[in-house]
Amino acid sequence: MALLELYHYWVFAALLMIGFYAVIAKLNLIKKLIGLSLFQAAVFLLYISMGKVEGGTAPIFTDSATEPLYSNPLPQVLILTAIVVGISTLALGLGIVVRIKEEYGTIEENEIQEIDRQ
Amino acid sequence: MSALQAHLPALQVIVPMLTAPLVILVKERRLCWAATLLASFCALAIAVSLCIDVLHGDYIRYLMGSWPAPWGIELRVDAFSALLLLIVNGASSLALVGATASLDRDIESSRQPLFYAAWLLALAGLNGILVTADAFNIFVFMEISALASYVLISAGPNRRALPAVFKYLIMGTIGATFYLIGVGLIYLMTGTLNIADMELRIHEVADQRPILVAAGFITVGLALKAAVFPLHVWLPNAYTYAPNMVTVFLAACATKVSLYILLRIDFFVFQQNLSGHDFQFSYFLMPLSLLAILVASTVAMFEPNLKRLLAWSSVAQIGYITLGASLVSVAGITASLLHMFNHALAKGALFLVLACLGMSLRHLRIENIAGIAKQMPWTMAAFVLAGLSLIGVPGTAGFISKWYLITAALDSGPWGTALIAIIIISSLMAVVYIWRIVETAYFQPAAEQAVVSEAPLLLLLATWTAVALNFYFGLSAGLPVELADSAARLLMGHMR
Repeated sequence: MALLELYHYWVFAALLMIGFYAVIAKLNLIKKLIGLSLFQAAVFLLYISMGKVEGGTAPIFTDSATEPLYSNPLPQVLILTAIVVGISTLALGLGIVVRIKEEYGTIEENEIQEIDRQ
Repeated sequence: MSALQAHLPALQVIVPMLTAPLVILVKERRLCWAATLLASFCALAIAVSLCIDVLHGDYIRYLMGSWPAPWGIELRVDAFSALLLLIVNGASSLALVGATASLDRDIESSRQPLFYAAWLLALAGLNGILVTADAFNIFVFMEISALASYVLISAGPNRRALPAVFKYLIMGTIGATFYLIGVGLIYLMTGTLNIADMELRIHEVADQRPILVAAGFITVGLALKAAVFPLHVWLPNAYTYAPNMVTVFLAACATKVSLYILLRIDFFVFQQNLSGHDFQFSYFLMPLSLLAILVASTVAMFEPNLKRLLAWSSVAQIGYITLGASLVSVAGITASLLHMFNHALAKGALFLVLACLGMSLRHLRIENIAGIAKQMPWTMAAFVLAGLSLIGVPGTAGFISKWYLITAALDSGPWGTALIAIIIISSLMAVVYIWRIVETAYFQPAAEQAVVSEAPLLLLLATWTAVALNFYFGLSAGLPVELADSAARLLMGHMR
């Protein structure tokens, strides 16, 4: 049961590996980038899930007499930054793929290598 | 002046970062160049000033927005970061001095403002990694510098730059994400991102599995970014197809900054808290370093493309740097840090020579430079002298760090003599690949139709300044040795 209680780590690990597999095994450059995004998204989930406190709410001060339980907001802030970084990387990667398509006429890795070998 | 003095650690990042958008607004390419050069020299002056302050093992703290340390982001400059700041800003400034002529060949003039902006962002990112004391902040700056350097490399004139940069992007992002996973796991266990704070708190949870996993992720991720053998596969092509001046800049500092993060996190956070970590670190890094030195030197001996030859040589030199660190002793780390400095000088000078050659030659292949020394005497003389420094001939900067490395290896126990043998063998291999180029350029008959003239004055000036620095720091190595020694004591001082 202890294994199931930590299910968010399993989701993290599974997503991470699916993304990593796509980056390594796929020859299509766009698919590689999708894999890379998935790979990063898995890490975002790791951060987000670690900040969650069971029963905790958003850390906003209220007038209520009892101090409510707060979730840790810091990981979410960190991941907001990391998401921006991830999007920039993806955008730049797609930009490079467009340029590769213009120059080589293909986005398959093996075909590009073939053309370069000539 | 004294009011500014207190803010130097922040200005180190802010000056290049704020100049970047200004450069885009100024559309005239020579003005852009002048602004970039000015910002880079400004950053170099700040780095020198910081160096003087921290030379004897002190450190400078700077609290961003005056928020107290573990909560706010702290900047911290010590001898280790000051040494790297000197390398990064020095390499950028020197490359920019000679950049105009070479960039006019490689990049169309309408795109040059954007190119200079990317250059400044890369510089700001690298400086940011070096001044910050916050592990997550390092990740953000690492990605800023990496994204900017992808843009710089993809500006290369050859279309092969594109697949090369795509590979670099994929591998660089995986490396950075691995680092992010490691930092996340440490945060999970300690609740802090400040490296100094981490050092204190990790003690309570040391040797638990998440910390060990974090150590693994951080080490492998940064080794990927630093092109530690066998994770170097992105490096040769990326350096080969980048514009010549970009190779000068990145080859001198990009991988070294990743090694800086690796050493800083490893020695400050893990070494003293994980039992047996120094052995694991040694046994992991030392075989890889030796393989890097031998395999990459061998490949360099047979490589016909000059830029790729020097790129492979860089992989071998990274091996020397990690070899010094893997000895886990003050002497070894001093040697390692000195080699970062001296290799940046030697390789920077050599890539500047290639940029000179690139002014006349379309393809930098060994058969194209036959007899070129007659037409480009100054360029090739610079190559010979910088080559001597790379090999490690006495009187040059390269000799100093190899001498320190050999001394450190001697003290390291039974394996010492074997290490020295490998260092000497690989130095002989360096003689072979440098000599091949010298021999072709000086003693082979020139091709008939080649019309080649000497490189432009500014580029030669930058090249010869780099060569002169190689000899200056070879004869009076006081400053880098003192910095490296303070830094090594700092790193080892954190071990019990």
